[in-house]
Amino acid sequence: MSLTREDVSYVADLARLEFSDAEVLSLAEDLGAVLDYAETLNKLDTSAVKPTEHVLPVQNVFREDEIKPGLSNEEALSNAPDSEAGCFKVPPVLE
Amino acid sequence: MEYEIVIGMEIHVELQTKSKIFCSCPTEFGQDENTHVCPICLGMPGVLPVLNEKVVEYATMAGLALNCEIAHFSKMDRKNYFYPDLPKAYQTSQFDLPICTGGLVEIEVDGVKKDIGITRIHIEEDAGKLLHESADGSLVDVNRCGVPLIEIVTEPDMRSAEEARVFAEKVRNILEYTGVSDCKMQEGSMRFDVNLSIMEKGAKEYGTRTEMKNLNSFRSLVRAVAYESKRQIIELKKGHRIIQETRKWDDTKGVSSSLRSKEEAHDYRYFPEPDLVPIVLDEAYIEAMKKALPELPEAKKTRYIEEYQLPEYDAGVLTASGVTARFFEETVALYNEPKQISNWLMVEVPPLLKELELSMEEIPLKPTQLAELLELVKDGTISGSIGKKVLSDVFKTGQNPKVIVEKEGLAQMSDTGELEGIIEEIVKNQPKSIEDIKAGNEKAYGFLTGQVMKATKGQANPQVANEIIRKVVAKYL
Repeated sequence: MSLTREDVSYVADLARLEFSDAEVLSLAEDLGAVLDYAETLNKLDTSAVKPTEHVLPVQNVFREDEIKPGLSNEEALSNAPDSEAGCFKVPPVLE
Repeated sequence: MEYEIVIGMEIHVELQTKSKIFCSCPTEFGQDENTHVCPICLGMPGVLPVLNEKVVEYATMAGLALNCEIAHFSKMDRKNYFYPDLPKAYQTSQFDLPICTGGLVEIEVDGVKKDIGITRIHIEEDAGKLLHESADGSLVDVNRCGVPLIEIVTEPDMRSAEEARVFAEKVRNILEYTGVSDCKMQEGSMRFDVNLSIMEKGAKEYGTRTEMKNLNSFRSLVRAVAYESKRQIIELKKGHRIIQETRKWDDTKGVSSSLRSKEEAHDYRYFPEPDLVPIVLDEAYIEAMKKALPELPEAKKTRYIEEYQLPEYDAGVLTASGVTARFFEETVALYNEPKQISNWLMVEVPPLLKELELSMEEIPLKPTQLAELLELVKDGTISGSIGKKVLSDVFKTGQNPKVIVEKEGLAQMSDTGELEGIIEEIVKNQPKSIEDIKAGNEKAYGFLTGQVMKATKGQANPQVANEIIRKVVAKYL
């Protein structure tokens, strides 16, 4: 199984990444090799193995429904590249 | 060709927890922007979410109330997409193993009963809000980010706007009863997405569907369904095909418009959330939640018919909202005349609420006041029609009925001496009525009673007045 350039471009687009044609080509090869290696697992007979729903052998970790102080508006916005009227400011988003 | 509308729905419901789903920030609505935030809901790197136990309880209760199976094992997943109202760039939701599956809600439209299937209910977090108030950018308020939601997904079982409305109202009613949400649509606590397609009547395969998002009132739900079904039918009649897309409903203009097409749209790349562990619920837990559920609308309706001997219609109206049902029950506990109370609640109260533009939640009348008022009518202190006036005064002044009756001098005139004087005078001035009565026309008595009520501004006790009228008239016969 190998990865096509279209596959790479599609995944890159979903991740908002931009690559040159040369980069796409080399990524297709590299990622393809990684995926091919992972294919090795398919040689195993897993018909008797239960699907893994989650990797941690822990369950039901909950917190009580109680309010605790968070950050002030100033603290919340202190690292924001831009802010206005108590809000984070981002480039215009059109619906 | 005859067409059939096929409707499925996704309903987002904010749960009424004190704190958010994965952090301890308050969920309160309507606060200053970005004041209910912390590193977790702001999506700072390295933070660890922990699931609010109340969210699991409420989702389980909602599932049970909508006749779902509760999963013994479910888990959270990440749904990845980029939008500025979502600081983490993924929404924590549930993908393949939701907490509830396979429910149903029975609806009745035009006397026909029908089951609407619930495919699933899953837990997720709400996103923030995008405000478009800045000249050169968009503003993000993260307060709503992480407010717990359940998303209820239905089967495509509805066939008309009316069925969609009745279903949506019923779900709201049931959830309001369970107390898992305040279901305030104007605050966005309950929002509807409608999937709609058109097929030839009797066809086996559904047509291509469009999705309309965030309808936040029953009215816009009905209008959006009417508009979109008509639009699709016109397209099909022209021989066009329907494009699968998300459409935005504009409630002011009354039209829907294309938002984005599904083709270019979303590949969410769901994967299990590694920072949250699976939710495992045993039978004992599910049983305990079942026990914690309050009486639901259907059961309450049946009980009203049996216990209070109310007509089915009354029982239906009173139980259609939890607030009305509670008001009714509290009044009955004080004044045991269920049918009387039902009449007043169904007939007299709604116009007064409408006049003051209040919802039943905001009713200024207290059960104690309605009980007191009905006592006054029953013991003859005031007549029924004066009672209505007093009710209106209670709504406007908040004063107790007894106080109003006394202050306004509304008590019925049962003082025979005073009444006799008034009646003597009236009868003397109505020789025509005497003639009528002589001629055997009994209706003339009714006319005289009317005159007496008029002269006393409705305060004469009609029974007492009638007796006196007959006594006085007899003198002339």
